[in-house]
Amino acid sequence: MFPINETMGQYSELFMLLAAGTYTVAFIAFAWDLAKSSKALRTVDLKAAAAAGTPDAAASDGAAADAGAKVPVAAGSVRGAAADADRVAGHLAGPAGRAERPSSSVSAGGPGSGAGQTANASMEYAAERRVPARVAVALTVLGAAIHAAGVLTRAVGAGRVPWGNMYEFLTTGAFVAVAVFLVVLIRRDLRFLGTFVVGLVIIMLVAASVAYWTPVGHLVPALQSYWLVIHVSIAVLSSALFTLTFAMSALQLVQSHRQKTLAAGGEDKLGFMRLVPSALSLENLSYRINAIAFIGWTFTLMFGAIWAEKAWGRFWGWDTKEVWTFVIWVVYAGYLHARATRGWTGTRAAWLSIVGYLCVVFNFTIVNQFFNGLHSYSGL
Amino acid sequence: MSERVKPTKKSSGAGGPQGTPEGPRQDHVKAAKADAALPALGILGMLRWAWTQLTSMRTALFLLLLLAVAAVPGSLFPQRPANPSVVTQYIKDHPDYGKILDSLQLYDVYSSAWFSAIYILLFISLIGCVVPRAIAHYRAMRSQPPRTPKRLSRLPEYGTLVVPAEAGVPASDAIEDAAALLKKRGYRVEVRHDDGARPSLGAERGFLKEVGNLVFHTSLIGVLVSVAVGGLFGYSGQRILVEGDTFVNTLVGYDQFTPGTNFQSSQLQPYSIQLDKFQATFDRESKGKFGQPIDFTADVTTKENPGAPAKKEVLKVNDPVTLGGTSIYLTGNGYAPVVTVRDGKGNIAMQGPVVAKLQGENYYSSVVIKVPDAKPEQLGFAGFFLPTAFVTDKGISFSGDPDLINPQLSLNSYYGDLGLDKGAPQNVFELDVKDLKPLNGRDLAAGGITLAPGSTYTLPDGKGSISFDGVKKYIGVDIHHNPGQLSALIFALLAVAGLVVSLYVNRRRVWVRTGTHEDGRTMVEYGLLTRGEDHRLAGEAVAIRGLLAGAWGLDTQIPPSERADNGPAGTDPADASVHTDPVDASAASGADASAATPSEDFIQSTAGSPESKKDQ
Repeated sequence: MFPINETMGQYSELFMLLAAGTYTVAFIAFAWDLAKSSKALRTVDLKAAAAAGTPDAAASDGAAADAGAKVPVAAGSVRGAAADADRVAGHLAGPAGRAERPSSSVSAGGPGSGAGQTANASMEYAAERRVPARVAVALTVLGAAIHAAGVLTRAVGAGRVPWGNMYEFLTTGAFVAVAVFLVVLIRRDLRFLGTFVVGLVIIMLVAASVAYWTPVGHLVPALQSYWLVIHVSIAVLSSALFTLTFAMSALQLVQSHRQKTLAAGGEDKLGFMRLVPSALSLENLSYRINAIAFIGWTFTLMFGAIWAEKAWGRFWGWDTKEVWTFVIWVVYAGYLHARATRGWTGTRAAWLSIVGYLCVVFNFTIVNQFFNGLHSYSGL
Repeated sequence: MSERVKPTKKSSGAGGPQGTPEGPRQDHVKAAKADAALPALGILGMLRWAWTQLTSMRTALFLLLLLAVAAVPGSLFPQRPANPSVVTQYIKDHPDYGKILDSLQLYDVYSSAWFSAIYILLFISLIGCVVPRAIAHYRAMRSQPPRTPKRLSRLPEYGTLVVPAEAGVPASDAIEDAAALLKKRGYRVEVRHDDGARPSLGAERGFLKEVGNLVFHTSLIGVLVSVAVGGLFGYSGQRILVEGDTFVNTLVGYDQFTPGTNFQSSQLQPYSIQLDKFQATFDRESKGKFGQPIDFTADVTTKENPGAPAKKEVLKVNDPVTLGGTSIYLTGNGYAPVVTVRDGKGNIAMQGPVVAKLQGENYYSSVVIKVPDAKPEQLGFAGFFLPTAFVTDKGISFSGDPDLINPQLSLNSYYGDLGLDKGAPQNVFELDVKDLKPLNGRDLAAGGITLAPGSTYTLPDGKGSISFDGVKKYIGVDIHHNPGQLSALIFALLAVAGLVVSLYVNRRRVWVRTGTHEDGRTMVEYGLLTRGEDHRLAGEAVAIRGLLAGAWGLDTQIPPSERADNGPAGTDPADASVHTDPVDASAASGADASAATPSEDFIQSTAGSPESKKDQ
């Protein structure tokens, strides 16, 4: 057992505060990006609209007229609506509702493919530079670096993995959430999620420092196992992925509503959503991430059971934490099945993803703190 | 069921009186309708209908979500299997609804009728889904890839290649080349020359996806069965061992024993385990967590059976000892003060360690000593043990540290009939003072008894004496035997493997058709289709295109008119903008694609010909 180094622990707390400050500036930059880009895009749209008459109205008229023929696909603005229509009509198109399955073919949309819909459907980086977004990402990277230093010094100070109590879960969990977000950013332009992810991370860091502050210390014997490293790290990683998909599913609902409103000729009240890809692309990407996170959660459940067998003599005992981990697993299993069930894709699946994440949050906060169970020692 | 059956009955019943004036023809039709509906109402039909409903995906999804909801109450209310006494207390504390909750089985959620109903239905639904799918998949694996569609351009991924006439690759050779390439890529390929001038091939891969899916679901059944086996043939028990004590694995050796439904006492192997020494280490380093336990170590001596050689082992939290098919877990520990009680006649009536039950922080524990052998009157003691005794200004004592720094025993004493002779079982940790006369107590003239190790207190009225000789440590061990455990682990691992395979293997079909153009060029078109979701289908199309082009020495670059996924070749390049719209693809595969594909026959089209190039 390594000795405790309290100086390191104090450094760690300083790093955490610095990281939270940097994230706050990054958050402002992300918000600025949303506002600015939305404004710029609106100007572009208005110009385009002035030049081309009212393509939007024409598009939706066309959609209405063609509804019988099922090809309401004239403009990007009604893409979501068209996708929905496809889902309904999909079974007419041959074997097993193939057309309702979004496949790679959706990924070809370029920027500016239609009014009201500006974001790249494949969520790849576009050519134009968004300065505030770049600043925000740079600040997030800086914050993450300081945060990493905080997590590392905490680990060194305690002489073990830094996830033995609620304070450490929150600080390390927040770091993993940022890290996963930044890693995904390398491949996909998810900067529209920046405000959400960074905002959540700030909340986690503040909650950790204010409500759950714990000095560095040794672990109680029940937690002294290599399974702590395996079980908890996978749980935190999966939760970070669920965080991303939660944000995407929530945006998907908003975007889907907006797309329907636009398709019906309504007014675009949510201009900043131009920056967000179509509902269908959001759904596709969140499904892919959820699939990974679900596998991770399955491992969490399994490794938890193996550890429970080692520590308490039974691999499953319906302890409160076990119950909620099971509930989360079942909800996300339901989500995966919903994606393959006609009538449950799209909005309903998004709701399942959101409910699943709310369960994750509940499991992490309320269950840890207020429910009596064998996991109680991990709480405070 | 009623939803569907009742309206039919009603309509046929109502149809009679109304039908007559409308003429015999309608009546006839109605009668026919009623006749036609009748077989569906038979018991067999209803069963079949119920079975179809139960095994539908929608029902499975509903049951799955219902299972999640049904599991929640188990975390809200105390559960009997976890702690029966908490449940009893909860019912007492909530007289208004405690009993109602009990009748709803909310204290036994996971063995309740309704929870069982949900998961049994879910698993029946699962079996009803897995079996037909397994049969269908077995057939699919043995059959040839499906026939080549007439219009490949309707597939979500479609592309064309043109082999110049001078390359000397006739259509039939081209298809063989493509077949070889796809075979190498892991596809099962069937070449169809019977199409005459337009040979084609169908290829399929990714059968493992469905296998993984089936393995995952079957393994879940396996996990459930393993759990059931554990419940039937397993057993568990608890025992408290004071340093020096030996536990022998027989029914009488247990303090508490929970047998499985099919348990037989002959299952118990008579091994023994002796606690030699128990060592608890507390945190002396950090200020914030001073005194928090950081290590528990029990040195034990085990014997596989009475005749076997003794073996020294270490039992720790998270590190159980395996013996005789069971696992022994260190789940608790505490202090056992050693006392000697002499009766009024001066004889030793009781001597040995008394297990002190943990009550609060820093091993603040309760002590109950029952001395039925004391003469002339039985003695009873109840009080507290404090490893590090502190007394506040108000005279309340508490334990300041978990270690034995200032051990203290504070007791009240009683005499009279302990009620043990009647044979009624009593809790060893509780002293019922109802029928006893108090001897020592805080509020009595004699005061309470406060003992430090080595000291002796003489009871008033010549009732005897009590000595505090020293302190030993005890451990609580859980002993578990679960024969379903290993298979549960194996099935769980299988399930994860199946899950990963089913999510990451893609079932894809490829069709290639070749033909010879009038001007001698060999025209090749190919289309890809996926089953389920496959975001890498476009990548596969590009890869296959590259392979084919490489084999024939063609330029792998995709002409601009084909840039979109489903860009149908031969379309006027001026139309290209249409194809950048992503919806085009799903429209083409999902709906009528003819509007987007003016040229229905690629092989006789002008694609890639000098004329079409001129247009650009």
